[in-house]
Amino acid sequence: MSRENHNGPTDEFTQARGTAYSHDSDAGEEVVEVQQLPLDSWHRARGGRMVAFAGYEMPVQYEGIMAEHLWTRAHAGLFDVSHMGQLLFSGPDVDAELETLLPGDIKGLGEGRMRYSLLLADNGGIHDDLMITRLGQENPFEIERGAFYMVVNGATKWDDLGVLREHLPDEVSINHLDEQALLALQGPEAVTALERVVPGVASLVFMTAAAFEYNGNPLWVSRSGYTGEDGFEISLPGEAAESFAEALCAQPEVKPIGLGARDSLRLEAGLPLYGHDLDLETTPVAADLGFALSKRRREEGGFPGHARILLEREQGPIVKRVGLIVEGRQPVREGAAVVGADGSDVGKVTSGGFAPTVEKPIAMAYVPVALATPGTRITLAQRGKVHHAEVVAMPFVPHRYVRKG
Amino acid sequence: MSRYFTEDHEWIQVDGDTATVGITAYAQSQLGDIVFVETPEAGKTVSKGDDAAVVESVKAASDVYAPVAGTVIEGNAALADNPALVNDDPEGEGWFFKLTLADAGELDALMDEAAYQDFVSKL
Repeated sequence: MSRENHNGPTDEFTQARGTAYSHDSDAGEEVVEVQQLPLDSWHRARGGRMVAFAGYEMPVQYEGIMAEHLWTRAHAGLFDVSHMGQLLFSGPDVDAELETLLPGDIKGLGEGRMRYSLLLADNGGIHDDLMITRLGQENPFEIERGAFYMVVNGATKWDDLGVLREHLPDEVSINHLDEQALLALQGPEAVTALERVVPGVASLVFMTAAAFEYNGNPLWVSRSGYTGEDGFEISLPGEAAESFAEALCAQPEVKPIGLGARDSLRLEAGLPLYGHDLDLETTPVAADLGFALSKRRREEGGFPGHARILLEREQGPIVKRVGLIVEGRQPVREGAAVVGADGSDVGKVTSGGFAPTVEKPIAMAYVPVALATPGTRITLAQRGKVHHAEVVAMPFVPHRYVRKG
Repeated sequence: MSRYFTEDHEWIQVDGDTATVGITAYAQSQLGDIVFVETPEAGKTVSKGDDAAVVESVKAASDVYAPVAGTVIEGNAALADNPALVNDDPEGEGWFFKLTLADAGELDALMDEAAYQDFVSKL
């Protein structure tokens, strides 16, 4: 047997999905130096199966994707996401300057508050999706009050840095924290486990962040994540990552979780993955990320692609990102076609797989708006076979964010 | 009865002029949790190396090739409702299909168990 050849983008998650059990080397594969992250040997000692991912060796799974996925939904999973880009922005009017590239209300973001936003291209396409936090006086980065901390995708961080440096004035300093580790602890028992190791974190609510300490190491902890569950993301010095991960995994609620389950968890949570569900060809409106366009910014404009994005908001986009529940048991994956009544391709599946909590195959797809209403039955084609699916509202599994302490 | 193996991690158990085909324990361990299996219809003729079945884990879809030419006798109906049988017993209850051999001479090109174990140990 052989591994499936994916036709879609060949960045991080394609590699994670394509478990190459036959270890065939792909002909013509670009040779890129793969780097190690601070927890590399820790993952290996824990039985993590390592794959090249966004330029780093990363664990795709430990005991198995299904078990890890279900453990995270029931207890708490520890994810190493140190491949992601952690950036600091400071300087005069840094908030106003960032608003020239992001469509969110950055000026109105309070200290210790974070927001999901998009790095937009001039045509309204998406360079990346990201989280941005305004720092207060007390932060572990030795940077001035009012500076910003941003987390961007690992596969896009170098391109993002280029775009940001090109568009922001020299007065705005950009600092790439490339020696900083980033861990995520996700699941309903994450708060219980983390509070034992880092007292005080339970006081955070969803989308807030603050400085804490572990064994004398400074931590930046936010209550946020990419699974739809309650949980935290913890930025810390790379040299402290191993002892901190060990302390977390010593808690009975916590197991290490690989990138495979991270993908199935985020898919069930209806959260898009850059490079698959979002790219330079998709706009925030088509991607159904209208919530990232704050009211003041929509009215004032002043971000890339404003005219096109506003027009799409008023007149409706041509295609829209929707959730699908696929009939039968066979997963329909990225690259499958959405087929119209006349048999022509009218859209495409951008993410898909078997959903362990839903216990069915699910997918995200871009479909014409006429087919985007929940309840619509649509036809898909994959490797010469027809599948049927129903458009459903996302998330597939309810979010369980903790909005009040 | 003799069992042979391919470099693509199929096994084939031969009994007279019929044989049973599945994927190896190594293959299932590399695939992980199997969520879907599609087996061929009875009567389908396959050549050596043809796509004969599909196996899908949580993350990836893979083709299972026919190790030798033949005519399919039956697919393993139990896998439709319980694809995890391939994880639980890949070289037993988790078989994929049975076929009538077209040319028993094709078996000579396959590996025996010892050669396959040696092959896997070098991956």
